[in-house]
Amino acid sequence: MGRAILTLLWKDLRVELRTKEILTTMMVLALLILVILNVAMGQNVVTVKLAASGVLWVVFTFAATLGLSRVFLVEKERGQLSGILLAPMDRSAIFLGKMIGSTILVLLVEAVALPVFVVLFNFPLGGRVGPLLLPLFLGTVGFIAVETLFSAISAQTRLREILLPLLAFPVAMPALVGAVGATAKVLDGLPLQSAAPELQLLVAFDILFVAIGLVVFEYVVEEE
Amino acid sequence: MARGFDDRAIAWILLVAMVVSLYMVFMYVPTEREMGIIQRIFYFHVPLAWISFLAFLMVCIAGIQYLRQRSRWWDALGTSAAEIGVLFSTLVLITGSIWAKPIWGTWWTWEPRLVTFLILWFIYVGYLLLRAAAGDDERKARLAAVVGIVGFLDVPLVFFSARLLRGLSPVVFTRQGAGLAPPMLWTLLVSLATFTLLFVLLLRQRLFLELARDEVESLKELVP
Repeated sequence: MGRAILTLLWKDLRVELRTKEILTTMMVLALLILVILNVAMGQNVVTVKLAASGVLWVVFTFAATLGLSRVFLVEKERGQLSGILLAPMDRSAIFLGKMIGSTILVLLVEAVALPVFVVLFNFPLGGRVGPLLLPLFLGTVGFIAVETLFSAISAQTRLREILLPLLAFPVAMPALVGAVGATAKVLDGLPLQSAAPELQLLVAFDILFVAIGLVVFEYVVEEE
Repeated sequence: MARGFDDRAIAWILLVAMVVSLYMVFMYVPTEREMGIIQRIFYFHVPLAWISFLAFLMVCIAGIQYLRQRSRWWDALGTSAAEIGVLFSTLVLITGSIWAKPIWGTWWTWEPRLVTFLILWFIYVGYLLLRAAAGDDERKARLAAVVGIVGFLDVPLVFFSARLLRGLSPVVFTRQGAGLAPPMLWTLLVSLATFTLLFVLLLRQRLFLELARDEVESLKELVP
């Protein structure tokens, strides 16, 4: 199974490196939302300090949703999904391959959006970058696990990508609560230990939804 | 052939039960000392909440059974339960707001149980949207089953995260109703029985409607 996952992952990343379609659209949307939120909130230092964590996660989740909605549509449009499904391997390998690939792309978007946020909102991070990595990573993994599963579902419906956020956001709410909470504590300069309940919630969510994805994915991609 | 479910007996019992519970809620039970008259909405609010939760549990079980047996009956049960669950949880949110306005001085508060119901409401509205957009019957049933299962497994984490949102310690479970005076407890139990009966009646009728619809479709195909 390990090799199947790596092959799929490598294939997806190579396609993405050649077209850069998903990465570019996600990046541009992330920057646009940063600008819009900046315009909407104004430059007040106190407001920015209070809203920083929320701003970051709104940017990450919306940008990620835009990218994730394409992940399975692209395969369907080019008729590749049938090929992958015919390959003699476990269906859960497809889920993991897609999930890891999308997580890498979204983490790249975050790596660009975070410095832009610092500049646009005049919000220097100082020494908080290190502790910030853990909530960012855990939150992204949980969110992407949910979105990967629902992306495969919504791609099969008439509404296509429009349905993805409607299905995924409510289910991913615990991950968002944990991620926003933990990020806010780190940005407030509190030690990472103070965010233990949030981080525990995130770890539980990540484990549960990766496991759920592995189990139910075979039912999602039965036909085609 | 789908026969009409003869629910006249249930309907008559329900009618009597409704009159009895209305009498108990408005005449028999004493007015609660601190909250006053508004507390009587509790006898509608709590049963509605329990039964919508029961409905969502049924959606989950129906989803699991559908994926195992692929029978149309389980799928029809899932969609019937989901619709009634959404209806009842809408009423939970409305009655909760009506209660919260005089007691907490606000229509909406991020109280953990309220937030849990709000998120549940979104998840199952998504479930219904998915069904409307999924196209052919087999795919609709399969994808809806997955969403129904995933949505319900999310509930404990949603509740846990809703407690974090308020900064409450996640371990304490408040046991509303545990300290009820006997007349209040009886009223609650009678009201709960009445709403359970209403749920059973609605579910049977909705299920019949769903199966009858299938039959109309199959009869249409016989017409040249």
